Amino acid sequence: MSRPRIFVPRDAGALALGSDAVERAIVAAIRRRNLDVDIVRTGSRGLFWLEPMLEVETAEGRVSYGPIKPEDVEPLFAIGWLDGRPDKLRLGRPEELPFLKRQTRFTFARCGVVDRLSLADYRAHGGLRGLERALSLGPSAIVAEVTKSGLRGRGGAGFPTGIKWKTTADAPAAQKYIVCNADEGDSGTYADRMLMEGDPFALIEGMAIAGIAVGATEGFVYIRSEYPHAIEIFGRALEVARAENLLGPGIAGSRHDFDIEIRVGAGAYVCGEETALLDSLEGKRGQVRAKPPLPAHKGAFGQPTVVNNVISLASVPAILADGADAYRDLGYGRSRGTMPIQFAGNVRYRGLFEAAFGLTLGEIVDDIGGGTASGRPVRAVQVGGPLGAYFPRALFDTPFDYEAFAAKSGLIGHGGVVVFDDTVDMAKQARFAMEFCSIESCGKCTPCRIGSTRGVEVIDRLVKGERVPENLALLQELCETLRFGSLCALGGFVPFPVLSALTHFPEDFGGALVRAAA
Amino acid sequence: MPGGTPWNSERADEIIRAHQHLAGAALPILHALQHEFGYIERDAVPLIAQALNLSRAEVHGIVSFYHDFRQMAPGRHILKLCRAEACQSMGADALAERARDRLRVGWGETTADGRVTLESVFCLGLCACAPAAMLDGGVFGALDDERLDRLIDEAQR
Repeated sequence: MSRPRIFVPRDAGALALGSDAVERAIVAAIRRRNLDVDIVRTGSRGLFWLEPMLEVETAEGRVSYGPIKPEDVEPLFAIGWLDGRPDKLRLGRPEELPFLKRQTRFTFARCGVVDRLSLADYRAHGGLRGLERALSLGPSAIVAEVTKSGLRGRGGAGFPTGIKWKTTADAPAAQKYIVCNADEGDSGTYADRMLMEGDPFALIEGMAIAGIAVGATEGFVYIRSEYPHAIEIFGRALEVARAENLLGPGIAGSRHDFDIEIRVGAGAYVCGEETALLDSLEGKRGQVRAKPPLPAHKGAFGQPTVVNNVISLASVPAILADGADAYRDLGYGRSRGTMPIQFAGNVRYRGLFEAAFGLTLGEIVDDIGGGTASGRPVRAVQVGGPLGAYFPRALFDTPFDYEAFAAKSGLIGHGGVVVFDDTVDMAKQARFAMEFCSIESCGKCTPCRIGSTRGVEVIDRLVKGERVPENLALLQELCETLRFGSLCALGGFVPFPVLSALTHFPEDFGGALVRAAA
Repeated sequence: MPGGTPWNSERADEIIRAHQHLAGAALPILHALQHEFGYIERDAVPLIAQALNLSRAEVHGIVSFYHDFRQMAPGRHILKLCRAEACQSMGADALAERARDRLRVGWGETTADGRVTLESVFCLGLCACAPAAMLDGGVFGALDDERLDRLIDEAQR
C-alpha cells in the first residue's frame, strides 16, 4: 500500500479563499499524529464555491471535502477522512459532483487533478502524447490536423488557429516566434490563470507543437502582472521542462529546438490586443499596430509570429493526441470543440465549466450556474468581458456560439459570464464601460482616446435628463464612430456594453429616456 | 517588493546591466527596478535610455504608459482592490468607498503615516471569489466589510 495522499489546491482562487492556511493546519496535524502522508499540490478543479476543496486518495478512488477551514482540519483527521469517512464536509467522488459530471473536460482534463509540477504525473494523465504524434506527423500535417479540428482562437476573436499557423509556416524567415497571449484582462475570466497554475505543461506542450508546425524555435509567454502565482508556477514548470528535455535543443529527442521565455505585462488592458502585446514585448508603449502587416507575416521583432491565447495553445496537445475529428465532433455551428465557460460575480455556482459550444445562455446561467449568489433574481449577464454586451433574460435563448452571440450584438469573447442581480444600475454599468475604455485606451486612434471620455459625459447628461433626444442621438452616433473608426476591439467593441444596456434596460437611464424611446 | 530599498544609482546600474541583453529589455528592466526600489525613480530614466540607446523621452513614455510603474515611492504595504465588473456585481464599489474612508486616501495615494498605498486594479482573475483584493502580492477573496477591515488592519500594522 502506497503512502496516503492529500491533494491541496494552490490555485490563486483557492489561496484567496484560504487554502494555504488549511495546508499549514494539515502539515501540523500530520506532524502531531506522526503520520506518513504525502501532500500533493494541484491547481483547482474550478468549483470555487467549494474551495478550499481538498481530496484524499482512498481505496475507492479520490474523495473530496470542502469548503474546508483551518479549524475543520483536526476534526477531519479525527473522523478518518484519509479513509474517505463520512462528514458534513464530505462531497464524495469529485467526478460524480453534478457540476463536474456535466462537463466535457478536454483542455482542463488534468487541472486540479495532477501534481502541477510533475512531468511524470503529466505523462501518466495523457500528457506528451500530442507532441509524440506531432513529431511523427511533421510540420505540414500538424497544421492540417489543427485546421481540420476547427479550433478557433479562444482569446476572443475566434480566428481559425490552423489558418494562422499556415500563414506563419508559409512565411519565409530565418527566425519565427510563438507568442502566447496570457494577458487575460477581461473581468469575469480566469481560465488562462487556472490552466497556467494547474496544468502548465499543457501550455508548454502546445507551444512546442506550434513551434514545430511553423518552424519557430523561440516562444514567449506574455503574462499579466496581476497573476503573480501563474508567473511563478509557469516559470518553475519551464525549469522542469528544460531539465527533462521537453524544452531546449532537440526537444523530446527530436531534431527540433524550442525554448520559452516569460515576459510580464505591466497593467495595461490593451496589451491583450495582439499587436499592442507585440509592441509591449518589444519594450515599447503597448500601442496597437495597424494591420496589415499581419503578425503572422511581421510580428514580434519584425519576424513571422503566431500569437495565440493560452487556451488555444493548451487545447492543441489533446487535439493532436486524440485526433482532429474527436474535437470537431463537439460543438455547434462553426464553433467547434469545447469552451471553458467561466462563471463570475454574483452567481451561485462560481466556477469553470468546460463544455461543447451550443448551450443556451439560460441553461448556462439558470441550470448550471444556479442563478445568483445573493438569491435575488438575475437581471443582466455580461458575457465576454468589459467589451461584451449585457444580456437581459429575454435573450436567454441565445446559444453559446461565436456567430449566435454576434447576431445579437454581443460576443462570447474569452468565455466569461458575469451575473448581476436586480440591484444593478445599468446606466452605471454603461458609464463604467466608457470610463474603463478611457482609462485603458492606448491613445493611438482618436475615436477611442477621445470618444470614450466624451461617452462618459454624454451618459452623465442622459441620466440627469438633459436634452434627452439630442444626447441619445449623440451617444448612438458616438458609438457608431467608435465601432467603425477604432483600430482595435477596445474602442470598436465598447459600444456593445453601452448600447446593450441602453437598449435592454432603458428604464435605468432616467424616466426621460423611456419616454423618448416610446 | 512593496516599500523597497532606498534609491541607489549604482545598484540601478547593476540591475539595468543584468537585463539589457534581453530582446525588448525595457519592461524587464523597469519591473526589476520597481521590485528593488518600489517605484521608478526619475534618475533611472537617463540610465535606461543610455543602456537601451533610446531617448529619455521614449523611456519616460514607456514608464508613464503602464499603470504598474509608480513614479513615487509607495507606502510600506500596497493594497490593491479589484474594481472590475465581476467584483462590482458582488459589492466592490461599496468596499472601495469603505477602504478609502478608512485609509483617508484616494486611488494611488499613500496614507499620511507612509504605511499603506491604496490602488485600484481591474481584475485579478479571482472573479469566482469576488470581491477580491491583493495585499503585497497575497490574494484575498470573498471580501465583506469585516474581512476588508481585517486586511486594512493588517496593512496598517
